[in-house]
Amino acid sequence: MDKLNKKDYENLVNKKVPKPTYGKNMIMAFIVGGIICTIGQGFTNYLQSVGFNEEQVSTGVSIIMVFLGSLLTGLGIYDKIGKIGGAGAAVPITGFANSIVAPAMEYKSEGFIFGVASKMFIIAGPVLVYGVGSSIIVGLLSILFKG
Amino acid sequence: MSLKKLGNRTVKLLNPPSIIGNYTIVGPKEGDGPLKNYYDQILDDDLWGQESWEKAESKIQEEAIRAAVDNAGLSIQDIDYLISGDLLNQIVASGYSARQLGIPYFGLYGACSTMTESLALGSMLIDGGFADNIICATSSHFSSAERQFRFPLEYAAQRVFSAQWTVTGSGATILSSYGSGPYITHVTPGKIIDPGIKDASNMGAAMAPAAMDTLIHHFRDTGFSPSDYDLIITGDLGLVGKSIVLDMMKKEGYDLTGIFTDCGVEVFDPQKQDTHAGGSGCGCSAVVFNGFVLKEMAKGRYKRVLFGATGALHSTLITQQGESIPSICHAITIDINSE
Repeated sequence: MDKLNKKDYENLVNKKVPKPTYGKNMIMAFIVGGIICTIGQGFTNYLQSVGFNEEQVSTGVSIIMVFLGSLLTGLGIYDKIGKIGGAGAAVPITGFANSIVAPAMEYKSEGFIFGVASKMFIIAGPVLVYGVGSSIIVGLLSILFKG
Repeated sequence: MSLKKLGNRTVKLLNPPSIIGNYTIVGPKEGDGPLKNYYDQILDDDLWGQESWEKAESKIQEEAIRAAVDNAGLSIQDIDYLISGDLLNQIVASGYSARQLGIPYFGLYGACSTMTESLALGSMLIDGGFADNIICATSSHFSSAERQFRFPLEYAAQRVFSAQWTVTGSGATILSSYGSGPYITHVTPGKIIDPGIKDASNMGAAMAPAAMDTLIHHFRDTGFSPSDYDLIITGDLGLVGKSIVLDMMKKEGYDLTGIFTDCGVEVFDPQKQDTHAGGSGCGCSAVVFNGFVLKEMAKGRYKRVLFGATGALHSTLITQQGESIPSICHAITIDINSE
């Protein structure tokens, strides 16, 4: 084993590891993501039909979808949707809710301060940091070049 | 002068300890797997009335140890030393079960190799005349391992095909200077081998070269060949690692076809149970050895077994720093005869 060539070994391992089922994954992500977005669109249409304005509708739909994502996470269903849908379940706002509620539930055993509150953002933290960070950069660029 | 050393690193035990008792407790998923008839106790609820997964794992280990002592016809006071370990930070499942048991305790961290590491050290202590009765035990828990090494349980992540499923369970073995076998006759400690794998969801590939290194040294040191064994079983290489070992051992001149398997491959049914590359965790080799291997030896199906649990000695912290996964495999020979 002392003469194990790491490059050769890596090639052997790559042959042994089953390849991800990209085609199936993409189709399932498309379907699951599509269903989630269609549900969101359904709420949008409903809120518009009862007379809310554009801003109220987008806020309302976000609240409803975050609530549903959190509820399904709490009921132990969203991880199963994620297993089937992959990015189709992770990218919509329901997936963002899942990424915050899942650690909040998991770390309850360590108490509400060092558990729930401090571990709540272990998955969503990077999304927030780089999301907010890039929005600042884009905002500055838009001021510079528009103005 | 070392009287018991064979070759480069193997120890031949001149007073081989006997396995006089054992016990296994597994979670519901393991209890639904292909080896369900071999386990002593299958839990309906893997929290087992505890407040956290870590406390549940500790209880599983403690109860497995108590039941193994009973199974050996001994009481806790008869035990000289407890040698145990697990996957949790600071091996707390073992430390807290040892707190309840009140037996002089050696804590081990060999990751998933801990079952053979504890059996190896326990055997040498008995062979050396330092003890009469020793408990060797390990445990792991899917849910405590997931939160430590991967993601929260309810997080909607997809697992890759090379990933393995941590076994919920504990196995305990009682070694004694008295008893009528099976005996632990040889110990081949492993050396850390690092083939440069950095992907923590491909542990089988990271550990396979360590298993091969220990097996090859075992054969060289003892002069045994694979055909001297009825069964050669490694720790938790899973499907990917098992396939690598079979291929590469053949290239080294050792044909293991038909007598070689892996605890991670045997413990689950990957199609029915959706476990991808198989089982892992300290508990994996512990329950397969104490459940399947020892019970089949008692029935007479296997007379001599080479058991080498494998461990990946990394942490999430150091893999995030870009380090590869160093691995180890300790092997022991279990024989129904002491000679």
